[in-house]
Amino acid sequence: MTCSSTRSPFSQVETPAVGVSIEKLSKDFGRLKVLKEVTFAVEPGEIFVLMGPSGSGKSVLLKHIVGLELPTSGRVTVDGKDAAAEETREQVRMALVFQSGALFNSLSVYDNLALYPREHRVANEAGIREKVMHALQILSLEGTARKSPSELSGGMKKRVAIARALVMEPQLMLYDEPTSELDPVMSATISEIIATVKEDYHVTTIVVSHERELAFGIADRVGILMGGALISLGPAAELRSPQDPRVAEFLNPKIDLQHPRFKNLET
Amino acid sequence: MKQITAILDGFGSTWLLLVRSLSYAGTLPRQYRRFFEQCYLIGYTTLPIVAILSFFIGSVLALQAGYSMQNFGTQQFIGSLVGLSMARELGPVMVAILLAGRVGSAITAELASMKVYQEIDALVTMNIPPARMLVLPRLAATLVMVPVLAIIADLVGWFGGAIVAKYTAMISIEPEAYFAVLRRYTHFKDVLNGLIKAELFGFVVVLVCCNIGLNTRGGPREIGASVTRAVVVSLILILVLDYFVTQVLMPLQ
Ligand SMILES: Nc1ncnc2c1ncn2[C@@H]1O[C@H](COP(=O)(O)OP(=O)(O)O)[C@@H](O)[C@H]1O
Ligand SMILES: [Mg+2]
Repeated sequence: MTCSSTRSPFSQVETPAVGVSIEKLSKDFGRLKVLKEVTFAVEPGEIFVLMGPSGSGKSVLLKHIVGLELPTSGRVTVDGKDAAAEETREQVRMALVFQSGALFNSLSVYDNLALYPREHRVANEAGIREKVMHALQILSLEGTARKSPSELSGGMKKRVAIARALVMEPQLMLYDEPTSELDPVMSATISEIIATVKEDYHVTTIVVSHERELAFGIADRVGILMGGALISLGPAAELRSPQDPRVAEFLNPKIDLQHPRFKNLET
Repeated sequence: MKQITAILDGFGSTWLLLVRSLSYAGTLPRQYRRFFEQCYLIGYTTLPIVAILSFFIGSVLALQAGYSMQNFGTQQFIGSLVGLSMARELGPVMVAILLAGRVGSAITAELASMKVYQEIDALVTMNIPPARMLVLPRLAATLVMVPVLAIIADLVGWFGGAIVAKYTAMISIEPEAYFAVLRRYTHFKDVLNGLIKAELFGFVVVLVCCNIGLNTRGGPREIGASVTRAVVVSLILILVLDYFVTQVLMPLQ
């Protein structure tokens, strides 16, 4: 990767991207088996898109990678370190962009972004200001710095959440449905942002989404999770002509009014 | 059985939270802004109601005491009764109860909503321990503000008693006489005894309210449930602890 000509306040090159490895990960909530022996690996610097219907366990899987959930069995490692261990969060900078944004409602947008560098004392107040304004500028959010999260639209909240993650200068970026509830143009914008962030900062990226455009547009590889199991894994291009009928159905559902799907759902 | 494990869970997680928060005590100086903000919130939200209630508690104490004591002609000792009861018992217990109702419930509501809306998860992934940023400043502010509130409660309560003693016909004791007796029988160690109680109750209330907030699971409806639970658990703990602490402090007189 070459350094861009404009000086970035982020210390890009010193922080190599990390790989993620998920080995036979299973997770039960009481009797509910949410993940069933899921195995895959994400290479450093790759964009991996995880697709799947609602309730298939995608968010739960992401939480295992950042250590917010602990596996019932199996193992998740980030850069070779156990994701369940607290020290891993100190050694590897991981950022999760929550589906809801999870912005701190009591803080302004600026303070939301400044919280991480302030708490970890990575720079003085002037340096922090530079980092925060740079991140806001990347996402065209300069005007919102003084606003409170409750004043923002859905698309803006998602962008602020991404900006807050960027300020962490993460080695691993996780996005949970970054384009859900957005209009098509804003979805495309967010996809472009994800790809640009990955290009510029060479950060390993895992995106959970059920949007085909996003997967075909930016993914290096795509995994499909259904009912807690990984039913498909491969380069994005392979999905244009899927072999597995479940995958084909998921990616290209036909609306069939003669045989409506909801009438033969298993109960 | 389920309730018992829930209670034990509560004890365990509260201890853990306490240990974790205290392990970050060294970061307090650089969190001075949060500390002062919490001091302000605790003082500002509780002071007016503490003042009003202790005034009336002092007054009613004087009234009841005057009523019973006139039978024996001992109403000149009202000052000692109001002085000791306020300082040793009613001041600290009332401050703790008001703290639970005003501050504790607000803390639980705030932390529970942060938990439900994943702000706590976001903090954890950012490697910012909630115990350090959210709990420690509140505990420290409580330790500083509660004695102040308790002293104010004592003073206002004594003053309320004095007014009732002077203007109630069956008592009619001048403030000079009232306060002379109060001073003779209420010693510094009685006030200190009350401050120790208030400090302990306040600390426990805020710790428990933080813990219940942070352990909220589910959706927005659970925020309300957590607040109710936090207040109820706080009140029970205050009254149970009060008995045992009084027993422990008794022989030290
Ligand atoms: N903390 C939890 N406790 C119990 N069940 C949960 C919990 N988190 C998720 N689940 C369940 O796990 C399943 C998968 O959830 P999730 O990963 O959020 O799905 P999605 O793929 O839509 O992100 C759902 O059935 C959900 O109800
Ligand atoms: Mg989800």
